[in-house]
Amino acid sequence: MVATKRRSWRIFTLVMVAAIALSACGSDAEESGGDDRKVARIGMIVPLLGGSTAVGIGIRNSVDLAIRQANEKDLIPGWRIELAAEDDGGKPEIGSLAANKLVSDSSVVAVIGTYNSSVAQQVQPILSNAGIAMVSPANTNDTLTRGQNPATPVRPHKNYFRTATLDSLQGGFAADYAFNDAAIKNAVIVHDGKAYGKGLAESFQARFTKNGGTVVGEVRVIAEETTDYSSDVTSIAPLNPDLIFYGGEYTAAAKFTTELKKQGVTVPLMGGDGIVDQTYIDNAKEAAKADLGTSIGAPAEQLPSARAYLDAYNAASYRDPGSAYGALAYDAGNVVIDALVKALPGKTSVDSAVRTAVIEAIQATNRDGATGKLAFDQFGDTVTKLLTVNQVAENAWKPIKTGEFAG
Amino acid sequence: MRQFLQQLVNGTVLGATYGLIALGYTMVYGIIQLINFAHGEIFMVGAFAGLASHRWLLPDSLAGNAWIALAVILVAAVLAAVATAVLMERLAYRPLRDAPRLAPLITAIGVSIVLQEIVRKFYPGGNRPQPFPSVITTGAFDVGGVRVAWISVFVVVTAIALMVALQAFVRKTKTGKAMRATAQDPDTARLMGIDTNRVIVITFILGAALAAVAGVMYGMRFGQIDYRIGFVTGLKAFTAAVLGGIGNISGAMLGGFVLGMVEVMAVQYIPYGSAWRDAWAFAVLILVLVFRPAGLLGERVRS
Repeated sequence: MVATKRRSWRIFTLVMVAAIALSACGSDAEESGGDDRKVARIGMIVPLLGGSTAVGIGIRNSVDLAIRQANEKDLIPGWRIELAAEDDGGKPEIGSLAANKLVSDSSVVAVIGTYNSSVAQQVQPILSNAGIAMVSPANTNDTLTRGQNPATPVRPHKNYFRTATLDSLQGGFAADYAFNDAAIKNAVIVHDGKAYGKGLAESFQARFTKNGGTVVGEVRVIAEETTDYSSDVTSIAPLNPDLIFYGGEYTAAAKFTTELKKQGVTVPLMGGDGIVDQTYIDNAKEAAKADLGTSIGAPAEQLPSARAYLDAYNAASYRDPGSAYGALAYDAGNVVIDALVKALPGKTSVDSAVRTAVIEAIQATNRDGATGKLAFDQFGDTVTKLLTVNQVAENAWKPIKTGEFAG
Repeated sequence: MRQFLQQLVNGTVLGATYGLIALGYTMVYGIIQLINFAHGEIFMVGAFAGLASHRWLLPDSLAGNAWIALAVILVAAVLAAVATAVLMERLAYRPLRDAPRLAPLITAIGVSIVLQEIVRKFYPGGNRPQPFPSVITTGAFDVGGVRVAWISVFVVVTAIALMVALQAFVRKTKTGKAMRATAQDPDTARLMGIDTNRVIVITFILGAALAAVAGVMYGMRFGQIDYRIGFVTGLKAFTAAVLGGIGNISGAMLGGFVLGMVEVMAVQYIPYGSAWRDAWAFAVLILVLVFRPAGLLGERVRS
């Protein structure tokens, strides 16, 4: 009796495990097309399971949209484009695993990603060594295209491009807005210690002090995983800042702003593109009110060129919104597809010559996209440098100032 | 001075949360010498179940009444966490009761990952942080310039009340006596007519219920939860349990408060302490273990 009971439990456990494993496979499986065209795959490395997933999913859907449109129009005779999306969980070590996986897939012609600059630092050399083009719709850290020394910029990787603009511009734009438009004189600076957060905070600090503003207290580093910000807020409160500048992403920022307002520090929190997401407002609720955040490009809703993208995205009925990077990701997708149109015809398989041709074609990009003109300078940076300051009002991010950073 | 007092408040609230979760680690370890690494996920499941009940179970007409809403959330959280813990014990740990120590430990890590993935995949929107209602109040009051949120009072009072109740349960009731007997010597306890399997299940249930309450309080305090909150918080709570002396109920609570205090004071008084708060917390753990290997209140482990 005991033996049979025990066995039935074992079988039950086995079935449960099998069910979970199967359900995991089911959703991640690539759909395989039923035609006889050859397959070229565009890899992708973004946060899909962990990290800033709202953004990652928006990027994936937007690139998927560009690929679907290209396949429908049969842009490259004899070839069908597929998306191979990998999760990086917002973590460099998972990102490098994903990069190695994509590199070992001989049909991958280019990779779109990453979202996090810290992940890009790990992924760049892997794709660079494999000679595969990498186009990021969201990396903003300066060193990725200019090397460690800002005075003598050197492009570290010829295969790396981005449709997002630099933190030095974003942080500077934010500092100019804070000092000139919002008349803020004293700021506390906090960042999460990651490449993006640190770089953004430093560029804000440099411009803000140059403008004549004062950074009060030490620049704080608070790891993203920190759950309890109460002690940090207690030590910030007596400094009486007019603004808290936060370099980091929305998950941590939402908790931080909640704690600030709870302890009676009612000045706005300002962040970069990493916090400009609806999730920030949903989670911080009334604490998010009047908080500020810069975003890359002009708001898609206001750009006539983005209309077509937005309409197509809405028509495709994806379950999740395109997020702040949707239009930039869509542009990144089309940049890669354009390059494939030049590099693939007449080829029988994806080889290193094709991959090199793709890199060269991307460098030579010159077209109009959803976010404006698409072309890359000698560093692989976009020539479109539009930025926007947004503020939380009526439960949404409202653009209040768009322009280019004066430098 | 005012800042010191404010940090004292912060540390007490943080410590109460750690302590409440640490109780689950320490009780299970005390009874079956298993470090149940999935306990942090029980805390997370509790928080999500509470949120789900508020979103879908609670009728709108009652949601306005804070105390009814809180009761519904707590009951749902405790039920879900207890159910998960009982299932976990039955499916993952009981079959390995007589296996070498390492097997259940690895299984616990596996269970932890499975629970995280289930919530991430099957809870609607589980792959991103979910807003959690503040339920009772977002208000605060001032005592001599120190700002205390009502939710903090609620957290600390609940935690201490639960701990006292747990102590009384273990010391005064018959089941509590059976738990202590099983912890001392499971074989002899069984010979004395104690149903040790039942005692073990009860231990898991108690730990899970406390973790679920902690999960709800976490959500109400920080306003958002995600499927990974159990990992970091669980690790800290486990540290608190070791610090206080694993297997010792008062020790878990004391360890929680010490750990919470060290963290907030490191942020306040050590330059660049905010980046290194965890390092200081673990430095204190190492120091304590060097001089008192069994933890602050721990006794010599029986062989």
